[in-house]
Amino acid sequence: MMELINPLLLAVILINFYTLGSARLVACIRVVAIQGALLALLPLLSHGMTFHAMLLAAEAFCFKGVVIPWLLLRAIRRVRIRREMEPIVGFVPTLILGVLTTVGAFLFADLLPLAPEHHDGMFVPTALATMFSGFLLLITRRKAITQILGYLMLENGIFIFAVLLSAAMPVMVEAGILLDLLVGVFVMGIVVNQISREFSTINTERLTALKE
Amino acid sequence: MNLLLSALLILFGGSLIALSVRSSTLATRVGILSVLVAAPMAGYVALKVLLSGQPLSFSAPWAVPGGEFSLLLDPLAAFFVLPISILSLFCALYAGPYMAHAGQSRSLAPHWFYFNIMVTAMLLVVIAANALLFLAAWEIMTISSFFLVAWDHHREDVRKAAWLYLFAAHLGMMLLLLMFLLAGSYCDGFNFNNFGPLAQLPIGSASLIYLLALFGFGVKAGLFPVHIWLPDAHPAAPSHVSALMSGVLIKTGIYGILRILSLLPPAPAWWGWLMALLGAGGALYGISLAAQQRDIKRCLAYSTVENIGIMLLGLGFGMVAAAHGHPKIALLAFAGGLLHIWNHALFKGVMFLGAGALVHATGTRDMNRMGGLLRRMPLVGLLWIGGSLAISALPPLNGLISEWLIYLSLAQAGTALDGFAALVPLLLFGLLGMVGALALVTFSRLIGICLLGEPRDPAAANPHKVAPAMLVSMGSLLAGCLMIGIFPQGTLRLTSTALSQVARLPVGAELGRAVTPLGLGALLLMAVLIILGGLFAWLRLFRLQTQTSTWGCGYPMPTARMAYTGESYAEFVSHHLMPKIMRPKVSGGKVSGFFPISSKLAQSSTDLVLMRFLQPLFVALADRCQRLRWLQQGQLPVYLVYIFVASAVLMVWSLWAGGHGGK
Repeated sequence: MMELINPLLLAVILINFYTLGSARLVACIRVVAIQGALLALLPLLSHGMTFHAMLLAAEAFCFKGVVIPWLLLRAIRRVRIRREMEPIVGFVPTLILGVLTTVGAFLFADLLPLAPEHHDGMFVPTALATMFSGFLLLITRRKAITQILGYLMLENGIFIFAVLLSAAMPVMVEAGILLDLLVGVFVMGIVVNQISREFSTINTERLTALKE
Repeated sequence: MNLLLSALLILFGGSLIALSVRSSTLATRVGILSVLVAAPMAGYVALKVLLSGQPLSFSAPWAVPGGEFSLLLDPLAAFFVLPISILSLFCALYAGPYMAHAGQSRSLAPHWFYFNIMVTAMLLVVIAANALLFLAAWEIMTISSFFLVAWDHHREDVRKAAWLYLFAAHLGMMLLLLMFLLAGSYCDGFNFNNFGPLAQLPIGSASLIYLLALFGFGVKAGLFPVHIWLPDAHPAAPSHVSALMSGVLIKTGIYGILRILSLLPPAPAWWGWLMALLGAGGALYGISLAAQQRDIKRCLAYSTVENIGIMLLGLGFGMVAAAHGHPKIALLAFAGGLLHIWNHALFKGVMFLGAGALVHATGTRDMNRMGGLLRRMPLVGLLWIGGSLAISALPPLNGLISEWLIYLSLAQAGTALDGFAALVPLLLFGLLGMVGALALVTFSRLIGICLLGEPRDPAAANPHKVAPAMLVSMGSLLAGCLMIGIFPQGTLRLTSTALSQVARLPVGAELGRAVTPLGLGALLLMAVLIILGGLFAWLRLFRLQTQTSTWGCGYPMPTARMAYTGESYAEFVSHHLMPKIMRPKVSGGKVSGFFPISSKLAQSSTDLVLMRFLQPLFVALADRCQRLRWLQQGQLPVYLVYIFVASAVLMVWSLWAGGHGGK
């Protein structure tokens, strides 16, 4: 089982890059859904077929792989946008930044004072890289939908970390993550609806009007 | 200790029940009842500790890092628990009828909730023996009293006063946090009994802790340059709350200073000089402004600044004398300062409760709209006069005793010390005398303008009735004043355990001997006064009586506008004694020509420190901070970058610190 983990984590990183470089929203949502589904395999692969791991996998698959992407696709159909136009930082520069942060994450993970059994695997660098990519997505995009995707990727990164900890801290971790995630999506959903109703656009830039 | 714990629980439970009931009367009953049950219990325990000198302690785990729910009732804490329980008892009793009218239009449940929480927090502050527990209780005390001050929040001046209070209190809190962090860094724990290493600190770091404590606690206590919230907050609050705040809440600041001093190494002389000089300055400043206020509660608030000054003068001078090696003088000064804490709690309670009764009866706080109230509300008037006598340090009441002890110590120091050090106590003696004279002017003005003469306003001519419970609480507090005045040696014996803990000196019987003649003199004076009063009353029976208006000046149809006003009474003080910068602002009143048109004269007195120094300072600071506004771009991505940078920096820093400091 263990030998499957590294290719899986690599796939996660590739999906990060794809999301950073793509302008097509539907494709981005689908890819992030795939990322979530892949991550759902992670607890099974690392902890074996225990009940707890299966539960975690099922939860992750349902929420990350199915429910939230479906909600997002529905929202996108409602507001009728297909592409992320004019991001704050262009697609190629974001992609380069993403590569740089990923490299940085790998270098940085070596410096971290980790438990010895976590030192070799790709868990920690991938988690960091995914979190950074999520953050980049949040920072560089204008559309609220893409920003939700950014949050999702951020949460995916945290989830990778949490899989490492789930043996030590059962239930707490995943409950926290899923709750976070749901709250994030709901809040952003409300924001999207509000923005499109009030300003007839879902560019978060218009929120500047709310500045004091 | 169990008794005290159950008192705390009763107060806390009472506050929760009071909050949960709907009807105002029920909330009032619950609130009063819980205080009535709990306060005597706390007071009894405190009395026992004061008499025996045996500290009680209690400890329970608390799920806060570094925190422990540990309580310690030593004589110093008991010295403060006693006035807190007595004053809160009578204030609660008074508040029932006082708030009844307000309770018809809005629910009193929040009021009683905050009232009981405040009493609980005050008790907890003085018995907490863990820095975190202390700070938590301190903060709860601040916030609950903030809500009590802001009770009439529909009025803008009240809101402003409450904000000023909250702001000042939190500036003080900041210094306290710093102080406890600093203290904790020298020791291995935040319990007060872990603070043993503080006593071996070098003088530099000890002085830093002392200064932080002096000003951090001083903000709450009303120490002179940082007293700014007091004159606004006391008039804004309901009267029983002002009484409780002025009587005991601000004393927790003094408790804090004393507690920290007891943990630090023996004080060098300059600590004491600093405290004594700030105290003397505050006393003079407070009483001079008190003499100019029209608002009776504002006047009392400034008088609180004055009395805090006197206490700090006593305590500070005690430190000086102890540092110079004169234990007898130190004991006198400490005893005066400590006793003044109790005395002030009693007579300021009477004064604020009485002011509340007058405000309640006439609907105004402006003394120029009162007048003639002694005839219409004789009992309140007499009790208020009694309180004024006590606060002006006149026999046979208690104010004299504590000030006498301070005078005595200053005079003895003047002869015992040598060189320059002898001059200062004598100067302070003179200043204290001047404060006393000004206090006499202030309170004779307060009584004269409010109670005597003719009513200046229709509201003052037909005051509302005052409920008996209000009179009972004022009367009981005044009885306490009288008892201390007549029997000072017993009171001093009661304070002796706390006194020896504060002064770090054994207390002998000589203190009692220093004040016994005062008690006897007070008795004698009372006897003489009663006999003379009876004689005059008897003589008056035989005299022809004509009744004319006071200050009628022989006119056939005098009006109340011819009478002395507060401003004219204080004119001598404000225009001849004060430096120009402290004089009240006078506007209007220009009269010209033979047939002048009607004109107006108005006079207002503002707080010099607040208006001239602190307000410009903070306005300038706010202007500087405006330049940081570019940080607030209003762009979501920019804020996210801030979050990202902050967390990245924190992560790197924690790694760096883990690599360097941790291993």
